[in-house]
Amino acid sequence: MPRIEPPVTPLAEPYWDATRRRELVAQRCDACDRFVWYPREVCPGCLSAELDWAPLAGTGTIYTFNVMRKPGNPMMGDDVPYVVALVDLDEGIRMTTNVVGADGSLRCDQRVRVDWSVELSDGRRLPVFRVTDD
Amino acid sequence: MITETAAVLCSVVARWRRPPQEDLETLVPHPLRAAAAIVGAVDAVSPDGRLGRSDAQLEVEMIRGALDDAGLTIADVDCLMTTNGMMGSLELGERLGVRGRFTDSTMTGGSSFEVHVEHAAAAIAAGLCEVAVIVYAATPRGGKNPFAGGGPGIGGQDSALFQWDLPYGLGLPAASYSLAAQRHMHDFGTTSEQLAQIAVSFREWAVKNPNAYHQDPITIDDVLASPMVAEPLHKLDCCLVTDGAGALVVTSAERARDLARPPVYVLGAGTAHTHGMSISQMGDVTTTAAAVSGPQAMAMAGIGHGDVDVVELYDSFTITALMTLEDLGFCAKGEGGDFVSDGRLGPGGVLPTNTNGGGLSYTHPGMYGMFILVEAVRQLRGEGGDRQVPGAEVAIANGCGGVLSCTSTIVLGTEATR
Repeated sequence: MPRIEPPVTPLAEPYWDATRRRELVAQRCDACDRFVWYPREVCPGCLSAELDWAPLAGTGTIYTFNVMRKPGNPMMGDDVPYVVALVDLDEGIRMTTNVVGADGSLRCDQRVRVDWSVELSDGRRLPVFRVTDD
Repeated sequence: MITETAAVLCSVVARWRRPPQEDLETLVPHPLRAAAAIVGAVDAVSPDGRLGRSDAQLEVEMIRGALDDAGLTIADVDCLMTTNGMMGSLELGERLGVRGRFTDSTMTGGSSFEVHVEHAAAAIAAGLCEVAVIVYAATPRGGKNPFAGGGPGIGGQDSALFQWDLPYGLGLPAASYSLAAQRHMHDFGTTSEQLAQIAVSFREWAVKNPNAYHQDPITIDDVLASPMVAEPLHKLDCCLVTDGAGALVVTSAERARDLARPPVYVLGAGTAHTHGMSISQMGDVTTTAAAVSGPQAMAMAGIGHGDVDVVELYDSFTITALMTLEDLGFCAKGEGGDFVSDGRLGPGGVLPTNTNGGGLSYTHPGMYGMFILVEAVRQLRGEGGDRQVPGAEVAIANGCGGVLSCTSTIVLGTEATR
């Protein structure tokens, strides 16, 4: 599945490095102890710049999703239909992702777990999600 | 001079802040209320969606048209506002020979022109300028479509959108709005039929508009039978892609009284935003910033929902219109589906909405907010032709830009409402 491949900014390098090891990480604010998604310079809760990288469990719930019948960009033209979702991770952050392996019964609030099957050309991986039974 | 201007500004700000909100509504009119008026309004669209002129040509044409409409000349203009280009208002001033003493190139996507009206009214009320021209032109059909192709998008490759959303194939505008629609359906039981009714009602208005892109009536079944773009949104839940242009002239209430057309007063204004281009950062995707900008604008205007004769709102997608009606308070959050179901928004309905046909059926060059304002002015001047809402005195114009990111609400009224 060809993807738009985002640049590795210095800020997000630890994130991408972790994906090569199939590990999901995000920034956590030392000052107010909240996780932050997406990677940024300061905590959007308290403006502290004291952000460390911390592991995520890789589990969450589907906040909302769609089924893309027209591709979001020309590179994904052969991949329709595919599912774009906003997933609420158990650490309290919401990320844009795909739900893979879904059938027609997908619904909001279903539990999902990270899936590392999508690899970019340079070995980085895009975390996507798959519905779990729990 | 500087001291004098600063003193005026300070006194305006001081008056603005002094009374608590309850007093503002009941005792002391807000200093912005009816301080300025829209005195010129034109737009250009084409039933085949193409205008056959460049953006630059259209800008000049629209500015000339709006000034003619107002009975003013370019020599009267001391402020330009535009979204187009880098340092857009400066470049436009250079081309037109206008030296501004206030300027605004604010870009908030589709709500930019409502924001411009708010800023123009504030600047005029504070004595910072007297005649502001707001202009927009875009030719995605005849020229280059800035929204096509799924490129790096706004902000380039370092943007959050490019890094964290586009790799997942979220590039199409409908993709983000479908996420909002899905959650609205989940939380409130909103149905595809109810969303379709919005497209049907706006099309009923377009049937009465000889300039609309679509002039054939449609049914709910037609909407549901149109191809899925991003489930749960069908093609006919999505706005058009057409060429379009427009311009507005805003001046002081005092000067407006002597001009060619009946003034359309800016009675209230409010702007709010929740996030940028990443809908993952919006929070509750079923509530737009209109829940903030709407009440602020209506309080400033001193009006209630029963005073509103016509609503012009952003219908990039049917779900945008539905959530906006809820957020503006015309019905409770979650009740939008029922609210729109009986044709309330269409011709003959109790809340005439998007009387030109909207972005779904009239025109949508990428930023529909200009046409919201032009149609509101036409309705309040009684120039609506077959689609005129009889006796319209108060209109709400609500822009929504980005991906449900930034709303700006303008309350407009006739002389009778001053």
